[in-house]
Amino acid sequence: MIEIKNLFKSFEGRTVLKDISSVFEKGKTNLIIGQSGSGKTVLLKSIVGLFEIEGGEILFDGRNNRNMNFKEQKLLRQEIGMVFQNGALFDSLTVEENVRFPMDMFTTMSMKEKKTRLDFCLERVNIRQSNHLYPSEISGGMRKRVAIARAIALNPKYLFCDEPNSGLDPVTSILIDALIKEITAEFDITTIINTHDMNSVMEIGDNILFISEGLKCWEGNSSQIFNTRNKKLNAFVFASPFSKKFRELKQMEDDE
Amino acid sequence: MNVFYHIGQYFLLLVRVFKKPEKNSIYIRQLVLEIEKLGINSIGIVAVISVFMGGIITLQLTYNMVNPLMPTYIIGLGNRDTLILEFSSTVLSLMLAGKVGSNIASELGSMRITEQIDSMEIMGVNSASYLILPKIIAVVFISPFLFIISVFCGLVGGLITGPLSGVVTIATYVTGITTLFVPFYVSFSIIKTLAFGFLIASVPAYMGYFVQGGALEVGRASTRAVVNTSILILFFDLVLTQLLFK
Repeated sequence: MIEIKNLFKSFEGRTVLKDISSVFEKGKTNLIIGQSGSGKTVLLKSIVGLFEIEGGEILFDGRNNRNMNFKEQKLLRQEIGMVFQNGALFDSLTVEENVRFPMDMFTTMSMKEKKTRLDFCLERVNIRQSNHLYPSEISGGMRKRVAIARAIALNPKYLFCDEPNSGLDPVTSILIDALIKEITAEFDITTIINTHDMNSVMEIGDNILFISEGLKCWEGNSSQIFNTRNKKLNAFVFASPFSKKFRELKQMEDDE
Repeated sequence: MNVFYHIGQYFLLLVRVFKKPEKNSIYIRQLVLEIEKLGINSIGIVAVISVFMGGIITLQLTYNMVNPLMPTYIIGLGNRDTLILEFSSTVLSLMLAGKVGSNIASELGSMRITEQIDSMEIMGVNSASYLILPKIIAVVFISPFLFIISVFCGLVGGLITGPLSGVVTIATYVTGITTLFVPFYVSFSIIKTLAFGFLIASVPAYMGYFVQGGALEVGRASTRAVVNTSILILFFDLVLTQLLFK
């Protein structure tokens, strides 16, 4: 479980995160949603420690990362897996070397053990016979899946995904969402996903945190999101004609 | 103030770079790769440029030292000392600052903007050390060898050009390059190449590592890296010459 309390973060005098608090539960897919520029990525990067927060607390299963020394922070980071927007795979390494990288760096596993774990991770994300390809030689969807395989290589307790569906077609997006949800439940991970993809919201939103202009505006789950009266959230969720139509149909169904 | 900020950031980065590596075996593998990429792959261009420069220096010495009282073996001697003292150490380092420096800055800059460096940091890897330390060691290690190769190729260039253009015989040229040899010149130049090697790797690494923005900024960082490294090489050439020859 990850708990954030009264987070504040600013850049050059401009406050980007204003007093944000929430609890991200274990075994659930926790979504952070909001418009572009609302502070989603800053929030995610602040939680993982890429940005230093100016106020508040971040507790990883009760452990406050601000009170940790360098060694403890390093150990904590080995419990974290992260999938970046574009995968962030290392260009100079093959698919296999990318997934094996955290194992090479932090474990004393034998080559055989590493190979077994590598095969398991790649199999889990349905990557086959692409071990020796470089990131530039595989598709965007495959890159995301390899990034997920790398993120779970060390059995992380916490998984962070920054817009995992960006740049993907709807079918591949659904597959990636399903994969993240399955992995979260299977390995009992605390997963936090940063997205503005409404399909993801509906499909995998166990817990949804909506932020707007750096403020927490709403929190709930995917079934509650369609009945909320929060104006900002409604404007965000039902922005497209498709979702407006969907809401009308749902309301008609509820009235009947 | 901006200059002091960058100097401070540069030294803070170096502190991170020289922290104890996570796993020596991985760093050694990276070091071997960097020696190949930054050093071995530069031998070709170093050799070609040095052969031509050796030839050009030989011709320039011949045409500009038209004094019948001056022995012709001075051409070989002059070529040798010019190569050892300045060309194969300083000019070659300036050239490497362009080739290797821009390579390092653009590689790290691209890794920064595509979040590969962030990804390493999140894993708990000291990205500065993992990415930069092998490059610094590789360039510092290979620089003296490139210097020796350059001197040799430059002398060969003179040996080919001199007799071919009829300005000096092979025997006189060889007499020139073996006369009045001062071993300290070689030590002095190797000390310079070690210092320049450190600058060639570390300054562009700093420029690339802290890139913010997109592809345009990576290009700018690469250009800045070459310009700043070249200026620093010339500055330290001045300082080291004054210090070591005093």
